[in-house]
Amino acid sequence: MAVANARGRRLGRLERPALTGVLVREVVNFSSYWRSATFSSTVEPTIYLLAFGFGFGSLVSTIGGYEYVEFVGTGTVATAVLFSSAFPAMFGTFVKYHFQRTYDAILAAPVDTEELVTAEALWIATRAGVYGCAPLIVAMVFGLDPAWGMLTVPLIAWLAGFGWACFGVAVAGFAKSIENFSYIVSAVLTPLFLVAGTFFPLDQLPEWAQFLANFNPLYHCVELVRHAAFGWSGWADVFHAGALVVFGLLMWRIAIHAMVRKLVD
Amino acid sequence: MGETAIRLRGVVKRYGPITAVDGLDLDVPVGTCVGLLGPNGAGKSTTMRLLTAQAIPDEGELEVLGFRLPEESKQARALLGVTPQLDNLDVTLTVEQNLLVFAFLYRLGRHERRDAVERSLEMAKLVDRRDTRVDKLSGGMRRRLLIARSLVHRPRLVLLDEPTVGLDPQVRQELWALVDALRSEGTTILMSTHYIEEAQRLADTVMIMSHGKAVAAGRPAELVTEHAGQQVLEVYGAPPRLAEVEAEAGAAGLKTRRTGTSVSILGVDGSNGLGIDGERRAANLEDVFVLLTGEEIG
Repeated sequence: MAVANARGRRLGRLERPALTGVLVREVVNFSSYWRSATFSSTVEPTIYLLAFGFGFGSLVSTIGGYEYVEFVGTGTVATAVLFSSAFPAMFGTFVKYHFQRTYDAILAAPVDTEELVTAEALWIATRAGVYGCAPLIVAMVFGLDPAWGMLTVPLIAWLAGFGWACFGVAVAGFAKSIENFSYIVSAVLTPLFLVAGTFFPLDQLPEWAQFLANFNPLYHCVELVRHAAFGWSGWADVFHAGALVVFGLLMWRIAIHAMVRKLVD
Repeated sequence: MGETAIRLRGVVKRYGPITAVDGLDLDVPVGTCVGLLGPNGAGKSTTMRLLTAQAIPDEGELEVLGFRLPEESKQARALLGVTPQLDNLDVTLTVEQNLLVFAFLYRLGRHERRDAVERSLEMAKLVDRRDTRVDKLSGGMRRRLLIARSLVHRPRLVLLDEPTVGLDPQVRQELWALVDALRSEGTTILMSTHYIEEAQRLADTVMIMSHGKAVAAGRPAELVTEHAGQQVLEVYGAPPRLAEVEAEAGAAGLKTRRTGTSVSILGVDGSNGLGIDGERRAANLEDVFVLLTGEEIG
């Protein structure tokens, strides 16, 4: 304590230099794998968009007053966010912990687990913010009209991406082996992804299912993006944004808890 | 006496039913190189993890560079360099990128980074490999980079966890020269190893560990003299003959240890070695180790 006071700095919990260090590592690494990451994060949702847009779109021309391509084009933003945040966070965290032992090296530096997890999530969220826009741009090629509100889409994607990144880190923190991920993908991610209002509107579903959708962060992301593209709807959007904030904060704390358990003996 | 860089008192670390570190006391004075010597599983690596707060002790006190652990470990880590036992370099990055990332992680200022990276490249003798991806480097180069990476911020204290494990003898010599250079600059070093020669060559003082405890500590030469004497008589022969030799030496009050094909009779300094035929050699730390722990090493 004496020495710490003499030096006049008691280091805080979330320090910028620590976050910067972890972010710099991610950015420098990204230069070596950005092609594959960009490919998987943008091509997959685009395929969904094209397959559903044209396949299903030939049966249903409009849904809830929107062209089907517009409906799906805005909806798959949430899909792109999920694919570019939850999955890289799950696999990336597990690989960096188990196989590359990167986290051992980072935690030997003046970086705490809380800072490590936060910086990793911030980085993945930023990527999700960018990749989330891909379906929107593709949909524009197929007739989606640009709107000023769409400028908020990167922000919405970032916010949702942060929560899903933390979710992925937490899953990797709790998982004993990488095979355990299949349970999460099948039992959690796939249902949430299908019942988010991406491909069909939820107001066709029974009431209990509509109620449950409120606990699906993807649903809130889908709604916000659609309103950003077609017109805001006041308090409903505040509620959706609030839900994403709560999801992000909750997952953030859970991810930190999971990783402290895993990284500190 | 000078300052103490590392101070452990009664440190205990348990993993379930296993006690990895069992009431350890350790002092590393500033400017010295201390070697932790012991076989795999003696608790050396756990001790290293405790010093970076990657493991939290169940009992006892730890102080690193005047900071109490684990509460103030981040301050301590900022001044500490750590070379891990397992290579965790970013393999898809270049040599220079690896060093640069750590210049950021160790919070060097904008103007210091470039110099720090250059200095580390020179220290690792990798200046002409700066743009080579790590997965294209040889094992020895990777290990030099791993050590240089931990020195990028000119730490006051360096933890080397098995710095030469798994490397061939010639590469090991190279790394010893690197550690020696660091020592002569006055950097404090705590090194774990299970290579006797490494401890004998590099460490000012050695602590022999077994089952999480310190069984002896001191200067290598003094430890040898104290526990194994000056000279050892190595007797080769068939197992029945070796048993006879052991009995004879035991009757004369001399300590023995059995290796695969021979019996070593310790402390035969000056005497005639009981009239037994054998080869005389200087006693070494390995004799001390086996004597004190009953375990083979290395």
